[in-house]
Amino acid sequence: MTPHRHYRVDADGVGIAVNEWGNENDPVLALVHGGADFSRTFDVFAPLLAAAGWRVVAWDHRGHGDSDHAHLYSFEADLRDAVRVLDTVAPQRPIAVVGHSKGGAIMTSLAEAQPFRFRSFVNLDGIPYRRPGPDLPEYQRADAMNTEITAWLEHRRRTATGSRKPGTIEELARRRAQMNPRLSKEWLEYLVTVGAREDADGWRWKLDPSMRMGGFGPWRPEFGLFRLAGLGVPFLGVLVGADEPMGWGTKPHQVEKWMPRHGRLEFFEDIGHFIHIEQPEMVAEMALDFLGDPS
Amino acid sequence: MSTITLRHNRIELALHELRPATGAGHPLLLLHGLGERTPATVPIDAESWSGAIWGHDFTGHGESTLPVGGGYSAEVLLGDVDAAINHLGTVTLIGRGLGGYIALLAAGARADAVHGAIITDGPGLTGGTYESSVPQVVRLKNQGETPDPYALHELSRDVRAADYALDFVQFSTANSELSEPINVSATYRPAWLEAVAAAPGVASLPISDALDLYR
Repeated sequence: MTPHRHYRVDADGVGIAVNEWGNENDPVLALVHGGADFSRTFDVFAPLLAAAGWRVVAWDHRGHGDSDHAHLYSFEADLRDAVRVLDTVAPQRPIAVVGHSKGGAIMTSLAEAQPFRFRSFVNLDGIPYRRPGPDLPEYQRADAMNTEITAWLEHRRRTATGSRKPGTIEELARRRAQMNPRLSKEWLEYLVTVGAREDADGWRWKLDPSMRMGGFGPWRPEFGLFRLAGLGVPFLGVLVGADEPMGWGTKPHQVEKWMPRHGRLEFFEDIGHFIHIEQPEMVAEMALDFLGDPS
Repeated sequence: MSTITLRHNRIELALHELRPATGAGHPLLLLHGLGERTPATVPIDAESWSGAIWGHDFTGHGESTLPVGGGYSAEVLLGDVDAAINHLGTVTLIGRGLGGYIALLAAGARADAVHGAIITDGPGLTGGTYESSVPQVVRLKNQGETPDPYALHELSRDVRAADYALDFVQFSTANSELSEPINVSATYRPAWLEAVAAAPGVASLPISDALDLYR
């Protein structure tokens, strides 16, 4: 369903596109997308939450969807942009939060940095455990990292002048299927119509071409996991069993030790990383049940 | 001093030639510290270098682009150095503070093009803690001029893990033609730099001796 409202928030000069579903006077539920996604991927899931009495607020991270392409990108910058949006819709007020994948990780960080903003928090397969990729012996790990650094630098040399490759709706959907192998062709073709723009020579994903999956750095995904233990906000963590390129592949036994006191962990063996797209009704019902009465 | 502009993704980088070559040898590339800019004249320490002497202003510093809305990382500054290397070819790096840390990253990432990296004291040498600390969500006022307050904030508290730094030492020593491609001249050594200085393939010579080694 097309969002009920669309507007932009200025985040230190970076324009952040916001979409909302539901009654403007209902309590706010922030719905946060993951890496390489955008808020319109919630076109089916968000209305299910809004129908239960929530004002669902979702925004495109910088460089994603309809938000501005920025000079620079970082996890902390995403966190700041999120706060600019929350300051607009619910300044200093606790709200419900549902975050998927990297969106779940960003909001886990925010729940530590600014717990006063949270009323309850559902994290959909957004608990990092390790870098995606095979477990390698030490010498191979170093080689793989060196190769990744070279590839990243070469990519940055190209993006000084590059733009995304144009294609038909079907071609763009096929490319995205490599990241979303479990999602239907029809859904991926729909995503092209809301996540890509049509130029004279074809469709192009709006995602900033300078962004690249993978990467390297001193930050370890486990940093986010260790922090879970300290969260004071009511917490529902959802993990999935079907391995996918976009998921961290985190398993329940890796997380249980770090769960917040009185937090709840659910595991779905046969569902993939995009659980809210594979089974929107089931996930919405579970989230709504956990979040409780909006008022 | 003459200046040319290089492109690194959406950033326009100012690359300054402080002095043309006075003799034989490859260029020396100066990497300034956090909150600094490339000096207008050749630093005393580098006077003895006979190749050309260059320096670029890092993203958000000096005459380089002032980005909108922050988002810095040491890895982005490594991309700055890579743009300069792409233009200059083989260089020796000498970095102050943060620039020293970036010199280490570049020595590992482009071991074939970095003929020695010298790490010296300067602003931004320490970095953040080994593990990331509580995320800070700050709003900083940009005055429309460099240095960018977000650069100062974000690059003074990035994660500086010793094992990560040692990965770059390993890449450098494995792929460089030099037996000691990294030199620590800094007096002050935070944990990551202590680990680097103690690693095989890392020398701890004074700056002038290190320059002689790499010329």
